[in-house]
Amino acid sequence: MVGILQDKDRIFTNLYGFHDWGLEGAKKRGAWNATKDMLDLGGDWIINNVKNSGLRGRGGAGFSTGLKWSFMPKEVKDRPHYLVINADESEPATCKDREIMRHDPHLLIEGALIASFAMKAHACYIYLRGEYILERERMEAAVKQAYEARLIGDDNIHGWDFHVYIHHGAGAYICGEETALLESLEGKKGQPRLKPPFPAGAGLYGCPTTVNNVESIAVVGTILRRGADWFASFGRPNNAGTKLMSLSGHVNTPCVVEEAMSIPLRQLIEDHGGGVRGGWENLKAIIPGGASCPVITREQAEVALMDFDSMREHRSSLGTAGVTVMDQSTDIVKAIARISYFFKHESCGQCTPCREGTGWMWRVLERMAIGDADPSEIDLLLDVAGQVEGHTICALGDAAAWPVQGLIRHFRHEIEERIHTYRSRRANFAGHAIAAE
Amino acid sequence: MPIAKVNGVEVEFEPGMTVLQVAERAGQEIPRFCYHERLSIAGNCRMCLVEVKPGPPKPQASCALPAADGQEIFTDTPMVKKAREGVMEFLLINHPLDCPICDQGGECDLQDQAVGYGRDGSRYGENKRAVEEKNMGPTVKTFMTRCIQCTRCVRFITEVAGVPDIGMISRGESAEITTYLEKNIDSELSGNVNDLCPVGALTHRPWQYHYRPWELKKTETIDVMDALGSNIRADSRGAEVMRVLPRVNEGINEEWLSDKSRYAVDGLQARRLDRPWVRENGKLRPASWDEALSVVADKIKAASADRIGVIAGDLQDAESMKATLDLFRALGSANTDCRQDGAALGGEAREGWLFNSGLQGIENADAILIVGANPRTEAPLLNARIRKSWLKGGVEVGVIGPQADLTYDYNYLGAGSKTVGKLPKAATDFLTKAERPAIIVGAGALTGETGPAVLNALGALAKKVGVVKDGWNGFNVLHAAAARVGGLDMGFLPGEGGLDVATMLKPGALDVLFLLGADEVNADASGAFRVYLGSHGDRGAHGADVILPGAAYTEKSGLYVNTEGRVQMAERVVFPKGEAKDDWAIIRALSERVGHKLPFDTLEQLRTKLMGDHPTFGRIDYLAPAATFDVAKLGAKGDLGDVAFVSVIADPYLTNPIARASETMAQLSAERMAPVALAAE
Repeated sequence: MVGILQDKDRIFTNLYGFHDWGLEGAKKRGAWNATKDMLDLGGDWIINNVKNSGLRGRGGAGFSTGLKWSFMPKEVKDRPHYLVINADESEPATCKDREIMRHDPHLLIEGALIASFAMKAHACYIYLRGEYILERERMEAAVKQAYEARLIGDDNIHGWDFHVYIHHGAGAYICGEETALLESLEGKKGQPRLKPPFPAGAGLYGCPTTVNNVESIAVVGTILRRGADWFASFGRPNNAGTKLMSLSGHVNTPCVVEEAMSIPLRQLIEDHGGGVRGGWENLKAIIPGGASCPVITREQAEVALMDFDSMREHRSSLGTAGVTVMDQSTDIVKAIARISYFFKHESCGQCTPCREGTGWMWRVLERMAIGDADPSEIDLLLDVAGQVEGHTICALGDAAAWPVQGLIRHFRHEIEERIHTYRSRRANFAGHAIAAE
Repeated sequence: MPIAKVNGVEVEFEPGMTVLQVAERAGQEIPRFCYHERLSIAGNCRMCLVEVKPGPPKPQASCALPAADGQEIFTDTPMVKKAREGVMEFLLINHPLDCPICDQGGECDLQDQAVGYGRDGSRYGENKRAVEEKNMGPTVKTFMTRCIQCTRCVRFITEVAGVPDIGMISRGESAEITTYLEKNIDSELSGNVNDLCPVGALTHRPWQYHYRPWELKKTETIDVMDALGSNIRADSRGAEVMRVLPRVNEGINEEWLSDKSRYAVDGLQARRLDRPWVRENGKLRPASWDEALSVVADKIKAASADRIGVIAGDLQDAESMKATLDLFRALGSANTDCRQDGAALGGEAREGWLFNSGLQGIENADAILIVGANPRTEAPLLNARIRKSWLKGGVEVGVIGPQADLTYDYNYLGAGSKTVGKLPKAATDFLTKAERPAIIVGAGALTGETGPAVLNALGALAKKVGVVKDGWNGFNVLHAAAARVGGLDMGFLPGEGGLDVATMLKPGALDVLFLLGADEVNADASGAFRVYLGSHGDRGAHGADVILPGAAYTEKSGLYVNTEGRVQMAERVVFPKGEAKDDWAIIRALSERVGHKLPFDTLEQLRTKLMGDHPTFGRIDYLAPAATFDVAKLGAKGDLGDVAFVSVIADPYLTNPIARASETMAQLSAERMAPVALAAE
């Protein structure tokens, strides 16, 4: 058998777009089935089931989705509640939400209705990444279908007035940060807000708001249909469920695949990715969860499981499960320098450590990539990364620091070697220049 | 009250305070750049990091973190120290470190905190970022390479000044503070961003490279550019006032200052009268004090008492007005007036010409009717207060008179006296339903023939809608001249049968007209022998027959009463120019020559007399609590007519001789008051 998850247990049955993405096709695959019955069981029932299913947020941080929903005020007072779906999927190597919105948009809309009902929200905003043109068109078409079928909208067949608004971003990575997303949605410059207050207290337009990842919402309908226990039966405790995983880089067949959590990383790569290019022995490093996660080595990859806890044990992170595989041909220093450039480019510039630190790290790394650096700068770089991490308003500072820390942790020898080679090839290098010249 | 521990020491705090405030209460200094008490919290400089328990195992920005009961705050742990060093290093890597040529040097937050909380050296070996300078207008000089993106200027301009002229564009390292399309900052409070800037990115353009802060002698005094009496610190070097900065006074200017109050000081160096002049054969020639005083004394003695008169100017201190008033009364003249604008104020109850609610008190008003005034130009800091109150959502504003952009929304009710006579229902309703309604009357509504009738009508309205009642007096007269309330308080008004300003100026009305710093009236038609006592060669001096050089407000100690009736004492910063003397001393010398020697030889004796005759002057820095009075008795019943109110200030940057002599004010006037060019032109 290929992988662990059987076809009968897949939530996203049209992940590859082989079938009709529209309402009719989605209904055949089970979407919008018994949604009314679920709503009739009440918001508490929904939240409890999501809690019991062990679903952890699929956007990267892995916070319990049911718990997050329970932070919303129990009753609607003077301010309306909102659900905001974060479809600003911009992390390099992550492309799972894209497939959902392209091929199974109705699962998302159904999930949005259920989640909004549970949190007593009548409006849901879907914030799409600026580059996602086709996805926007699909989502808009699917929302239109849902309105026409009176699945959503005023006075719909579910008895809960509900509207979905698609908002197309302008292509800034930082707008994937939940509070920057809210700012952007309000028409302001996308800069993260200070927390507290958290969105559940004062979010969009100052009203109680929950921001969820696309995948977290899209799986809810199926979880409730098949039962929390069914979902919890996959993966290790505390890492339950199935998950979309994307494989890219030096694998023979890059893909997005739905798999059970806690699948061994090696099995994932070999079963779904067709193995590492040139064989497992040719593997150099893996970034397991999108560009912000620290790299792990081949030795770690051999034993690592694709779940939150295992990746944490290896001092990395599952993130969005966007696995980047790098074989021996990779210039790992240059690769991390490129990632560093990405974060430097996408820093919003609001707070000091990230604004100044990301550029500093990138510049040093670019020099290190060719070896034009001093060995002592490796520790300096590590120190700078430590000064950025945890000192910023949002997590972009952390995201920029982790890849650098991962690089130095595992490939320090390679940087030192590079510096050594560079120096040995030059008669005079900067450090040894003679003053009189 | 909840209790938190700061470095192990328990401290009580009020609910709602931030960790930073609690730490300060415990006496711990927290470094900061972006945080400012009077602006919203940005939390972006990350300099104020502290360790908090319970909390995540990483430092927290104390400026944005609400304090909680039982919290433990640590401001001096190794983690905090390292975090601050890290942030400071980040701030400095792209800062040019050009302190030796930076105007902020010596009073720079970044310098001070780098010494206090930074590392010893930089580890940054890459090239530094350079940012293009921006044009922000005549008041703000930019060196954007020095900017640390704290956004204090952005927040001040959008929140306090109420114009969306400064913002941050781009992101990450490329983020820049700018006025978008190189537009000038169109705010009368723009100079405050230079004070707020914690580094040398925004500095005072008019004073660029003029001084180093440690060379200056600092004198605390009072501003006279508007009637608010803003508290200022005038810094001087030698005989020159180099700059004016605001002092904190919660009741008046908080810690802001308007551009005119701040930048008109270069006018103190230009067009000064530094010696007496006497007109001979139609031409002015320099003269000695002795000669000039003799000429004046002879003219006064030769004229009959009812043919001499005096008009007091807008910047005059109370002492010189008192001396002048006493002298003219001794001479038997009743022709004395201090109301150059001709506003129908003065007389019975003092509350009739004061800003009774107080400047701070206006924030308590929940409905304000502004009549015949443009607070944005006449009293910019009062306008900022109304905006503050409006932003909080606590006040509804209505306007009768000039329809200007006040930086907040208001209901425009009408143009002038006709509206006052027949108020729309909406106008009375919003005042009636308010708990603490206020009326702000500008001098613009009270001038001319309809003045007394308008005042009377407004008094009746005030009484009807409960503007004056127990514990609340919202009847507010907004003056535009610093000397006016002092003059009204001492009764510098026409005596029994005396002439007022307009009548004194009529051809043939007087033989001798004494202009005590009066530059806002046109006396060319009067035909009288004109004596001008003042500091600048302005309108008053132009047609004068004798010029007696006096002292400007920074050159004498004097009392000023602001529009709310608060008496404040200005101090001498530098000495009068050349042969010029203190105004009161000139009057005292003149009195001896006309044979009515005034009974004082020192300023102290004069003050004692002033305070004895008018006890309100004895209560310095004191604001009387709201008193009720019969507001309906104000003014006189009469025909209201149909006069459109205009603000008494046509050009807010050219209101007095000092401002008119100032290059910066001329520039501001040209750029801000010029009609907007149309695109099609």
